[in-house]
Amino acid sequence: MYNKKAVIVGIVVFLVICTAPFWTNFGAKYSKPEVALPADSNECVESAAFMRAEHMQLLNEWRDQALRNDNRVYVSSTGKKWEISLQNTCLKCHSDYEQFCDKCHVTNNVDPYCWTCHILPKGSK
Amino acid sequence: MNKNRRSFLKVAGLSVFALTGGAGLFGTTAQAMVSPGKYEHAPKGKIAKRWAMVIDTRKFRNVEDYDAIIKACHDAHNVPDIRSRKDGHEDQEIKWIWTDSYEHAFPDDMNEHLTKHVLDRPFPLLCNHCTNPPCVRVCPTQATYKLPNGIVTMDYHRCIGCRFCMAGCPYGARSFNFLDPRPYLSDPVPNPQYPTRMKGVVEKCTFCTERLAKGLLPACVEASEGRILFGDLNDPESDVCKALAENFSIRRKPNLGTQPGVYYIV
Amino acid sequence: MVEKLLEGSKRYYMWLLFLVAVIAVCGIVYLTQLSTGLGVTGMNRDVSWGLYISQFTYLVGVAASAVMLVLPAYFHHYKKFKIMIIFGEFMAIAAVIMCCLFIVVDLGQPQRMMNVLLHPTPNSVMFYDMIVLIGYLTLNAIIGWVTLEAERHDTTPPKWVLYLCYLSIIWAFSIHTVTAFLYAGVPGRHYWLTAIMAARFLASAFCSGPAILLLLMLLLRRLTGFNPGKEATHTLATIITYAMCLNVFFYILECFTAFYSGIPGHADPLVFLFSGFHGVTSWVTPCMWVAVLCTIGCLAILIPPTTRSGKYMPYALGMLVLASWIDKGLGLLIGGFTPNMFESVTLFIPTVREISVAIGVYAVGALIVSLLWKIALSVKFEVGHNDGDAM
Repeated sequence: MYNKKAVIVGIVVFLVICTAPFWTNFGAKYSKPEVALPADSNECVESAAFMRAEHMQLLNEWRDQALRNDNRVYVSSTGKKWEISLQNTCLKCHSDYEQFCDKCHVTNNVDPYCWTCHILPKGSK
Repeated sequence: MNKNRRSFLKVAGLSVFALTGGAGLFGTTAQAMVSPGKYEHAPKGKIAKRWAMVIDTRKFRNVEDYDAIIKACHDAHNVPDIRSRKDGHEDQEIKWIWTDSYEHAFPDDMNEHLTKHVLDRPFPLLCNHCTNPPCVRVCPTQATYKLPNGIVTMDYHRCIGCRFCMAGCPYGARSFNFLDPRPYLSDPVPNPQYPTRMKGVVEKCTFCTERLAKGLLPACVEASEGRILFGDLNDPESDVCKALAENFSIRRKPNLGTQPGVYYIV
Repeated sequence: MVEKLLEGSKRYYMWLLFLVAVIAVCGIVYLTQLSTGLGVTGMNRDVSWGLYISQFTYLVGVAASAVMLVLPAYFHHYKKFKIMIIFGEFMAIAAVIMCCLFIVVDLGQPQRMMNVLLHPTPNSVMFYDMIVLIGYLTLNAIIGWVTLEAERHDTTPPKWVLYLCYLSIIWAFSIHTVTAFLYAGVPGRHYWLTAIMAARFLASAFCSGPAILLLLMLLLRRLTGFNPGKEATHTLATIITYAMCLNVFFYILECFTAFYSGIPGHADPLVFLFSGFHGVTSWVTPCMWVAVLCTIGCLAILIPPTTRSGKYMPYALGMLVLASWIDKGLGLLIGGFTPNMFESVTLFIPTVREISVAIGVYAVGALIVSLLWKIALSVKFEVGHNDGDAM
């Protein structure tokens, strides 16, 4: 092999840089964020486990159904009917943006831009 | 390189390409639903085969009559008033419904001997919700689309801001958010039930689809006190059909074949 | 062959450094546009496309023009062009990349641009434009690289490249036709709604692109001693002349239809461009007249065969590029949007930031051309294919 030394050093440097995020966070403790659940409601459109994992896909689906098929009502697996609206349905219960949405989003370092258009309830900017 | 190895790599490469390409193509058409629930129409929603609007321009008397419908629309949809601030962005304004002279609204039907009240009267202009909408034809992402009920509407989430639709619309009905609209809106926004838009997307009148779903008439129709009619063009008993049957009406730029859904009684 | 990039004169490195500096500065300007929005440009509600899309349109033409070398060489076995083809193909690569960048900087939400692939929309011409541009980029990259590699090893290129060449010839026509369809299929924009748009685009592309190429080749001769050859130069100049004559002819056809028919919609944009509309004149009007003068000037030099490839040729080519750029890079877009949909005038004046971003994109193109041409030149000199007159 030509330039054996340079090639091997190059590969090592490449691997170190690529895996740097793992090394720098190695052993760091992940603390599960404590989200503030709505006080006056104990039922979401679907189960907590489903919502935790799939709320973004559900919101995408809601949007397409409401806007493109004019289906503005969601009938949940329990049979309850909900108006499809992030702003007027979800946020009615989850009115504390900082203690609910932001808690997980910040911990997981995601930055959704829903709120550049959708209006947050008063009190949480 | 060994001949066998070479041909093997060729076949393998082609297969991988075909598989990934195929998956990419089919992935878009067959998106599985994630939700365990079902979807249905809003129970009280207004339904029509072809929504249309008839603007009886004879009934508009003064500036307040026009301002009322513009304000009703722009407040209902949090449309920012870019012109209110003299900051050099006046030409990058956003409007869903506005007024202009006959000469500008109907340039193909202009003659200077028209009656004075036609020449002097402002005409309310908005998206025409065409039957053959050029904006839908040119949109590369289906962010603008036509609903089965004739309404041409938008998904702002999908708009990439290429502005092909603005070049395509022969009625100048579309506005682009050259800037973040929020600083040009009051705080709190006029209608906290409705979202604003973000910078970099196009917007326009939607015939108030969100209000129709709740069984309400469009905001401008409601505020017009009978000067604007709204209804189903496929229903001979509807207000719009009756008004069109009894009065002479015109549409903007009919020679382009777009078949506007907004009619003007002059 | 990539290693050829690393061996160059001090002047070569200074040039690259200069381009990188320009790109960096203009890149920062673009970042301000990204954070503030397209409000930093001079575009507005009535003139909703501006400098960016017009440059895109012009550069699609430049990209397509490589075919003016490839077609005579491969369909008519005109050997004299073989020495230059690679430069045309590499310039096409840079031009297509600039096209893509101009589209991206024009988008309001560039992070969503993949929506075009995620939601493919065959009724939008934009969809086909994306396909043909990416296809043309790929074709030229493969053909250029493989033929250069073959030339370096003094072998004939593999046979399949020949078929790709034939495909690229048809493809070149398609990219500019589809780009013309972006405009020519839009109802209500009188200046664009004309069946001759695609033909006009091709004619203007086939004169302006080869003219830019020829100018750069002359510069290259001065800088490096690479000689494209007297006969090849003259033939290319002849092609440019024919294409420019067609371009002018097509434009006059437009003027005839507009003014003889007397239909206001057809005439108004031309009236606005050349003399102002309803008392409103814009900065475009003097530019349009400069274009007219340049057209007359360049044709006066290019049409007589004695002066065509003589010492005045560079001036003629320069005037031709300027004229075609004003016509397609300014007039086409501004005339399409003015008068606006209300038959009144909203002016468009590009801002300093808008122009800076455009310069940045051109600098990226210059960088790509410089690097690719460096490779091509090194190979040509290595194998001794550097004098077109001797071959």
